[in-house]
Parts: sequence; structure tokens; C-alpha cells
Amino acid sequence: MVAERFPIEEGHITAFARSIGDANPAYTGPDAVAPPTFVQASAQWDPDYFLRPKIGQPWFGSGKEPTGIRRDSGGGSGSGGGGGGGTGLHAEQHYEYHRPLRVGDVLSATVLPGKTWEKEGRRAGKLVFSETVIEFRDQSGELVVTARGVGVRTEKPVGS
Amino acid sequence: MGWNVGDTKEATVVEDLKRTQIVQYAGASGDYNPLHTDEVFATKVAGYPSVFAHGMLTMGMTGRAVTDLVGAESLVKFGGRFTSQVWPGDTLTVRATVESVQDGVVTFALSTVNQDGTEVFSGYAAART
Repeated sequence: MVAERFPIEEGHITAFARSIGDANPAYTGPDAVAPPTFVQASAQWDPDYFLRPKIGQPWFGSGKEPTGIRRDSGGGSGSGGGGGGGTGLHAEQHYEYHRPLRVGDVLSATVLPGKTWEKEGRRAGKLVFSETVIEFRDQSGELVVTARGVGVRTEKPVGS
Repeated sequence: MGWNVGDTKEATVVEDLKRTQIVQYAGASGDYNPLHTDEVFATKVAGYPSVFAHGMLTMGMTGRAVTDLVGAESLVKFGGRFTSQVWPGDTLTVRATVESVQDGVVTFALSTVNQDGTEVFSGYAAART
């Protein structure tokens, strides 16, 4: 469940660069390159991404009540390079860049099997880690970015 | 530029992080998790003291410090661990230290800390020189 088609667009790069507070001129204009973490935004192109409200479907954020739906399984695996959702948190993220990503590229994402492991946490109880490796290839099949994300699900909230 | 092992650069990438910037990142990245965008859900349902930043927002801001040093087209690798959460009001500073310069590639150790000196991201980056 990842983006089968992830077109790299000028406006999307501009909005993304603004959101990370980056005014680098390399990220504007029709020949813009993408910031290093931009493939995370492939979530926008994942039709099933569970952390985006979807038309006609219940959403677990607040409305009249603090949560819109009863929790059940609480989501699924992360998309766009790992990460967490629900009570899941993003523990690690790693990128390998095979070439710069540019406006006009059209990527497709392929998920490779990743490891899962458990650890006893000091503050948050049992921690379950799961790894997701995503290969982003361009329109000619060339590998552009490899993303390896590690998500962790905790028994209790972690906070300060 | 010529890099030497041990060279250290510091950059503040956000001062007094606003909830709206977290929402801005949610909109751009597509990750609308209410833990990041919905104070009522984050506090009353999930039990956190407030909303908090996406780890990837912290990594994105850390990446800005790196590309300001090496340019936007020369990264080979960039990664790390999210070691502590980032909250509204936080000020983040990235410290990049040159670990090696070899075969045309400079490797940095990265440490992003908040205003209390707590590390929130611990990572690395490698770029062509």
C-alpha cells in the first residue's frame, strides 16, 4: 500500500519546503529539485494511506467527541518510508540517494519485506519495532531513492 | 569547500515551533495523524501533554541544515534515529560534525537538540564534495 504513481510536482515541492522552513531557491521553479526527505510526501499519492481523512469514511480525530471512531486494530503499517500512526511512533528513517529527484520525475514505490523485533522499554512498556524498505524508481525503472523506515508501537504514551 | 575531520557547524532550524507549522507539514507531507494535528485527540484520547511534531518534520528541518552546507544535489545518504519528541514551543539546533573525508565523499555526524540540550534526532549524512 504505497504510491504506484508519485509525480514530482513544483507546487508540492514548494509547499513541502515551506513546511520545513527551507527557503533554498533550489526548491522553487520548474526545474526544482526535491528536499532530502521529500519522498515521505508520497503518502499523498497512496490511495489507502490511513493517516489521511478520506471522503465518506470515518476519521479517528476529534469532532463532537474527542475521537470520531472507536479504536480497533489502530491502523496498519506506515507508508511513505516507515513511520507510525495511531499509537505508533517513527523511530528511525534512512535514505540512500542514487540521483537528485526533480520536478517532472514520476516515481513508483515498491515495498520490500522488513524485519520486526521487540524490546522492553524503560518508560513505555513493551516496544514492537517494524522496518519498512521502500524503493522509489523513476519512469524508466531507474532506482532514485531507497528509504528504510523503522516504526515502533508502544504500550503506553511516551512523553515529557 | 574543503572539509576537515572535526569541523563543526551549528544552525538553528526553528525557534519556538508553532502548532501551525506542524499542521503545515501535515498538509505538505500527507501525514494528518491527529497526534500531530488535533490537540483534543492528542491530549484526551492518546494521553499526550499536547500535539507533537512529526519525526519527519524534525528530520526535514535537520536536512535543511545539511543541504545549506553541501548543496541540494550532492547528498548520498541521510538518516538517523528520533531520540526524543519535539513539542510546540521547542527551538531546535542542528550540529553537524565532519567524521570523514574520503574518495570525494564527506560524512557528517548529526545531532539535533532542543532548547534544553536534549537530543531529538541523532543521525548522519554523506555528500559528494
